[in-house]
This record gives sequence, structure tokens and C-alpha cells, in this order.
Amino acid sequence: MGEKILTKDKLDEFIKGLTSEYSVYGPTVSGGEARWSRIEDAGKLSFDFSNTSLSPKSFFFPQTECMLEFKNDPRDKEGLIMKEVPPLDERRVIVNMRPCDARAFKILDRIFYRDDDARDVYWLDKREKTIIIGLACNNPCSTCFCTSVGSGPFDEGGVDILCVDLGEKLVLRPVSERGDALVKGLEDASAEDLSQVSALKEKAEGAIENKIEMDNILSREVLEVYELPLWDRIHETCLNCGACTFYCPTCHCFDIQDETQGDYGRRVRNWDTCMSWLFTQHASGHNPRGTKKDRVRQRFMHKFKYIPFKLEGIIGCVGCGRCIKVCPVNIDVREVVKQMNE
Amino acid sequence: MEVKITQQIREAAKRLLKEGKVDCVLGYRKGTIPMVDAPYFAYTEEEADNLIWSSFCTKNLANFLIGRKDKVAVVAQGCVSRSIVGLINENQVKRENVYILGLCSPGMVDKRKVEARVGGKEILEVVEEGEELVVKGRDFEERIPRREVKRDNCYTCVQRNPVIYDEMIGEMGEETGGGDIDKVAAPWEKLSADERWEAFRETFKECIRCYACRNACPLCYCTECFVDESRPQWCGKTQDEADVLTFHILRAFHCAGRCVDCGACESACPMGIKVRVLTSKIEKDIRKLYGYKPGMEIGAVAPLSLYKPNDPEEFITP
Repeated sequence: MGEKILTKDKLDEFIKGLTSEYSVYGPTVSGGEARWSRIEDAGKLSFDFSNTSLSPKSFFFPQTECMLEFKNDPRDKEGLIMKEVPPLDERRVIVNMRPCDARAFKILDRIFYRDDDARDVYWLDKREKTIIIGLACNNPCSTCFCTSVGSGPFDEGGVDILCVDLGEKLVLRPVSERGDALVKGLEDASAEDLSQVSALKEKAEGAIENKIEMDNILSREVLEVYELPLWDRIHETCLNCGACTFYCPTCHCFDIQDETQGDYGRRVRNWDTCMSWLFTQHASGHNPRGTKKDRVRQRFMHKFKYIPFKLEGIIGCVGCGRCIKVCPVNIDVREVVKQMNE
Repeated sequence: MEVKITQQIREAAKRLLKEGKVDCVLGYRKGTIPMVDAPYFAYTEEEADNLIWSSFCTKNLANFLIGRKDKVAVVAQGCVSRSIVGLINENQVKRENVYILGLCSPGMVDKRKVEARVGGKEILEVVEEGEELVVKGRDFEERIPRREVKRDNCYTCVQRNPVIYDEMIGEMGEETGGGDIDKVAAPWEKLSADERWEAFRETFKECIRCYACRNACPLCYCTECFVDESRPQWCGKTQDEADVLTFHILRAFHCAGRCVDCGACESACPMGIKVRVLTSKIEKDIRKLYGYKPGMEIGAVAPLSLYKPNDPEEFITP
């Protein structure tokens, strides 16, 4: 599929064209922070941000999502019968998602859709209705370590189109068929444009100084990593809040509850976090992860040992670095993985 | 100044560990990213060399004392020492299990203010040079006076010196941060009830219920917090505005008469929410109505835990 070129002065027209068929979302910057918003044109769309504060996970896995509704009245003919809520009523294009985030959702596809017997219809519906235009990172930030965990600043896994910012113009490389359909009408990129892309890619990949090594973690037995002495120390200052898990694009744990108000009832799914003691609390009173040590260990074991173990080596982290920036007590995943690998 | 204090903390830590007076020393180590220094337990003399003191020690170390069975030496400035007293009064920490290394707080820096000053560009390193912060990025370097980017609560601090200590690190200093603490809650008092409600909603609209504020607070030590209870469920778990606001207002009321305004909640919040908007008004009310400042003396009982016949009544009776 051929790469196309779009000059920045034509970007506004391109975005407006998309809005006729799709709802378009992109990062906009305010107060120094990049956030996701609905856009109608290229006016506030940012190309000059490192990454958005919260990940775009909410597009596919909202923090609060109503799954089913029911009439909360046992005397009513329709009472207490769960009814499906309507699926997503729009087709969407997300513009300028960073490759690490796009890769994260490809990993989550394996978890939310393990096989035909285990399909998360809520996740799949939204994934199916969303086209992703990724924006390659020309200037990775100091906390990124994507290249060590199967992703990279120009990673194409998970995007429908990869966009590279050459300054005055953008190179759009379609990766999937539906990405190709979006850029069909644009001019072809020249050989010179493409060699600029290669140069930027090499520079960006070289700029990532953080490298984490996982060969020992992956080759050792699960219990060997589980019993490492590092777990006795690392949990001491953890607050067991949920900040890391909520900002993380690959964290996906949730809690389902029924809520009623008067005669209205709904079944709702909310983000949950393995950092909470309540997450694993059994009705009997037993808690298999009753101590902070168990919970902190779980988070790192899940991402760096259990997921690769079950998904043929795919690592459950994309190196976006948000948890490093957001942890109130500076527990740094790069440090933990280094110690796990010792 | 910070360098000298760091040295003294390390020396005291090594001495206490060597003499077996404590099992570990709780302080800070340098963060792996700029402007966030990490709480740290040093168990050996070697580890004690990792201890530092800086303008980025923004958590409340008293929080980490709860539930420990060993003897801990803890680095404590004014607000932290008040929290320790509060926890001793509430039987969460035993006085004989803590060895307090008191010091006068320099006032901590709010990293968001520094980030705003450089227009959100990525900061790679911040070095403290006297009263200036040297802020370095990929292609810039700026000098910012420390006093212009302190945390909000540090400007109106009323207790920079420790109220209790076993050993003093450095000298006692000026007691207050210079600002007027009454002015903090003043904007709220001028608003009508509807306006206050709007301001409250506006402040907390970004909350993602991560509970970093609650978990960073030394007062929130309940084994089952009210937000975790399900029989009855006081507070829903969704992002419905009603649930988010209920959490915050109830938490603030649970801290009434106990909160020392250490600012750890605001420093921990990943969304940068000004959590003290609620606690500042409550703190002022308690101070004006009951003449009480929490955490000042061992043995004191918080006014909301105690009934006295001449307790103020004007907020109950018309």
C-alpha cells in the first residue's frame, strides 16, 4: 500500500472531510497538558505533544460503562429482565494516537477477545467502529522505553495509518485496508519524503536511552520470579492507589455492579485496580492478595511474566512511561524490571 | 542548605542503625525523574547513603509508620511531626516505636508550577542552587526562584518547625511560611451556596477515583474505607458526578479537626486537583469555632471526638 503526502495547509480540509462521515477525535493542548477531544477541524489538533496525560483507553474501555438495563420492579411484566444497551452509534477516527498506545490496544484485543467463546462485545464493538491514525514520535520522551517491550516510536502494530510529521507536510502510510481507503485520494509521497521518514525513524529509535532487559524474567520459572527478595522491599512505600493502573494503556481490570434508583436499574462496568485490597476480596472474607506485597508484586508479574507466559511472549507493557510520571512515590517500573531480571 | 541537611541525615541514620537504636530509617531518596523524590526505608548503613533532603519531599512520611511493628527513625518537618502526634493520639503509632529526626521545613516545591513556568516543555533535570532552581530541558535552561513555585500550603504554613523530636537535624527556623492561612478559605466564604456548589463541582470534575489523595493521607488508615463498603453502599463506584463528589466531601469531613494541611493529598493527585479547597475551609472552621490546631500535643483530643458543655452551637441552633 502506497505512502501518501498531505501538506499541513491541506490538513484542515482533510479533517473536515472526515467529519462528514466520522466523529473525529484528537489531542489538544491546554495548560501544558494534552487531552483527547472531539475535533471538527485541524484548528486545535496538536502535533507537538509528547503524549496525552490519560491514555486513549477510554475510547474502547470507558471508565464507567453501562452494559445492561432493567426495570427494577418485580411486579412488572418486563421487570428485572436485563436488556442490552444500544451499541456505539457513531463511526470514529482517532487522529494522532501515539504508536505505543495503539500497540497497547492490539495487545488488549488478545485479552478482550481470547477466542469465539470469550468475546467482550463492548470492547469489540468500539474497536470495530474506530479507525486509528497513529502519529510517529520524532522526539521520544525521557521516560519512554517502548523499544525494549516490542513497540517503538514508529511502530505500526495497532494503527490503520501511520502519520509521520516532516514539518511542513505529513507522510501517511496506510497499514490496513480501511486506512488505505481513507487516504486513497491523496498525492503519492516521493522517494525523498520516504527517505526523510527513514532518517527520522532511525534518529527516534536511537534517542531512546532507556533499555530494559527481560531475558531472565522470560526464561525463568514463574515461581522463581515470584519468590525474588525484591518484592519484600518494593511494596513498602507504595500507596496502593490506582494511579498507575488508571493511566496505563494496557491495564484492563474491571468491576461489575448493579445499581438501582427507584424503578430504574442498570448493570455497570467500572475500571478497577489490582492495587485495591477489595479487588480480590472474597465473599467468605478470605483475600488471596491480602498484603500490599502481594498486590504490588501482582502488577509487575502480570505485565512482565504472566501475560508473556500466556500470550506467546507478548509483553503486557508498551513502555509509554505514564506510570513513571504519575506515581506519587516514584516507584519506577524500569527499576523494578531491572531487579526482576537480576 | 539542602546538602548540609542531607549529610546530617545520613550521619544520624548511620549512627542510629549502627547502635541498633532503630531497625530502619524512613526518609527520601532521589527520584528517577525530576522533582519527585521518593519515600525510602534505609535498613543498613550502606543504604543510609541514599537518603537525601530536598525541596521535592512532598509526601507525608507519617503515612508509612502505620501498621509497622519495628522501630523506625523518621525524618519529620513541622507538618509531618504534627501528623505523627495525631497518629499517636489516635493509637495508630506508638511513641516508643518512632525516633523522630526533626527539621525545619524549607517549604516544598510544587512541580506543576515549575512545569507551567517552562510552558509544559519536557524537563530533564532540576538542580537546587541556594534559593534558585536550575531547570534544564533538551534545549533550554531556566533559573526560577524557589519561593515563587512553592506548594500552596507551604506559603501559609503555620508550623515549619517540628512540634516533637528526638533529635534535631539542622537549626530551628522561622515558624511560619509568611502567608495568611485565613485567606486560603476566604474565597469560599464570599460565595453563595449555589456558587460554592459550582466551584466544588468545577474543582473535582477531573477526578478519576484513583484514591491517591486518600492513600497519601496519614489520617486515612481505616482498614475498610467507606467507599469500599457495600452493605450498605454509601457511595457508588461509577464516575457519576454524585458519586465522585460524595467521596470527596465525606473524606474531607472525616478529616475535620484532624487535618494538619500537609498538602500530601494535593501533591499525590495525578490530575493536579486542588484537593485542599475543601480541607482549608474545614480547618479554618475548626480553628475558629473550637480554637483547636490538630497535632500540636500528645494527649489532646480532637474536638469532634469530644463533647464539652460549652462547645459552640451557632452552626446547629439558629
